[in-house]
Amino acid sequence: MKRELTCIICPIGCSLEVEIEDGVVKSVKGNTCIRGKKYAETECTAPMRTVTTTMKCDDGSVVPVKTDAPIPKEKMFELMEIVNNSVAHLPISVGDVIIENVFGCNIVATKNM
Amino acid sequence: MTDLVIVGSGPAGMSAAIAAYEAGIRDILILERDNRLGGILGQCIHNGFGLHRFGEELTGPEYAWRYEEKVRAMNIPFKLGTMVLDISEDKVITATNEEDGIFQIKAKAIILAMGCRERSKGALNIAGTRPAGIFSAGTAQKFVNIEGYMPGKNVVILGSGDIGLIMARRMTLEGAKVHAVCELMPYSGGLARNIEQCLNDFGIPLKLSHTVVEIHGKERLTGVTIAKVDENRRPIPETKEYITCDTLLLSVGLIPENELSKSAGVSLDRVTSGAIVDQDRQTNIEGIYACGNVLHVHDLVDYVSEEAEIAGKSAAAYIRGEKAESISVGIKTDGKIRYTVPQKITQNKDVNVYFRVSDVFRNVTVAVYKNGEKVFTKKRPKVAPGEMESVKLSCEIFSDCNELEFRLEQN
Ligand SMILES: Cc1cc2nc3c(=O)[nH]c(=O)nc-3n(C[C@H](O)[C@H](O)[C@H](O)COP(=O)(O)OP(=O)(O)OC[C@H]3O[C@@H](n4cnc5c(N)ncnc54)[C@H](O)[C@@H]3O)c2cc1C
Repeated sequence: MKRELTCIICPIGCSLEVEIEDGVVKSVKGNTCIRGKKYAETECTAPMRTVTTTMKCDDGSVVPVKTDAPIPKEKMFELMEIVNNSVAHLPISVGDVIIENVFGCNIVATKNM
Repeated sequence: MTDLVIVGSGPAGMSAAIAAYEAGIRDILILERDNRLGGILGQCIHNGFGLHRFGEELTGPEYAWRYEEKVRAMNIPFKLGTMVLDISEDKVITATNEEDGIFQIKAKAIILAMGCRERSKGALNIAGTRPAGIFSAGTAQKFVNIEGYMPGKNVVILGSGDIGLIMARRMTLEGAKVHAVCELMPYSGGLARNIEQCLNDFGIPLKLSHTVVEIHGKERLTGVTIAKVDENRRPIPETKEYITCDTLLLSVGLIPENELSKSAGVSLDRVTSGAIVDQDRQTNIEGIYACGNVLHVHDLVDYVSEEAEIAGKSAAAYIRGEKAESISVGIKTDGKIRYTVPQKITQNKDVNVYFRVSDVFRNVTVAVYKNGEKVFTKKRPKVAPGEMESVKLSCEIFSDCNELEFRLEQN
């Protein structure tokens, strides 16, 4: 089976052509770097996404946060629910872990508050 | 008298300040109308910044923080909450803030780094009512990401620029339903990766060659009518379709914010709406430089920083009174290449020339002609209006001519 993808690893956005056989990636064409090949392989087997969002702070403001590693794509909305049901405590510095170990990653702050 | 005044503290203003400092200038002042440093990046909480510069994908606030940390460590002075009102041709800056009232500063050199604003044009000529619920995508981004407030639940987005695409995903993650992104042109102006990860990931339809033809609702938006457009971009009546929604976001492009530049007598390029500059990013007014989105709209912040460093370094050389041997070479384009930055070369050194194309073209060569002769080529599998291109020209190309022509040729 052939599958066409747009690489999302960097803003170049290479058009990838992936050859899949029995759920295994046989070849990747169109990538300009090794990361594109890796992206195609995970995207066709177990797609992952980094999630960025905001989280309420105890003073009513919001702090931007991100997952410090990509999480399984189908878990994005569950992760949103966890973040939206939590409150971050000020003061916060860039890189602080706000929630530990959700879907194999940490939720970290991306701004000083 | 201040050596260097920088207007704006986005990535352009901060990078320029750091570069000038590193080149030995200490008497620097950054003026920023917002109450924090960082510019538009503060509200761009998504990742995708700094891959070229730092080799990692940062979010907007993280990218800004890397520069703010340096500005603070270098003790470069800045004034927040300070709006620059006017710049005169002899480099007198008039500004205002709560503490100092209205004040003036004379500068040896000025770097313009005011960024851009969102176009609102697209909204003005749509038929129908003008209810609440219509926002520019950037305004919605500020509401959601800074103020923590969702502007609506059922959304249609007009325009497929990157901010619109990013907001489609952002509002979807926060529980809104984004019914469609309508794009007037047959191609998207946004990055391919954003179409993939912001629309396709969530099954949001991208309707190319579509526009909003009517707005409905008395107090709050209740829906929009969309339609397909023909090749002359005129709506086709039979294709009209009604979509119930409470929010319409407009993402119809950005335009450099150059009111101040005009008052300073800076000549603007009609295509970019930014200043006409040389390789140092110096405008037609000696000692006034421009960089970042105020010069031309960038999709990648890495290039903003790079450009601003050139401006900062050059301003430092100007302040020290260094003079280089000068030449004068203009750059002409063929229309398929819409513009170049810089638009002119005034010194004999290697130069990266940035440009944008007018349409999507495949298998093309960027060719540079000097006195009718092809002197440089670069092959590209695909170029698109949404993605800035660049070529590196070595200094020999600039000898014995007063004009170069950039052409896009089919392979
Ligand atoms: C919504 C959005 C999403 C983006 N997404 C990405 C992305 O994913 N990846 C990427 O690499 N790039 C992205 N970009 C592009 C990148 O962020 C911008 O190109 C870059 O931030 C522009 O920097 P700048 O310093 O030129 O302008 P800005 O960041 O806009 O800074 C200009 C500053 O000047 C100040 N100013 C203006 N006028 C005055 C005045 N009269 N007096 C005092 N101060 C003034 C403003 O308050 C502002 O702080 C995005 C841009 C936008 C708008």
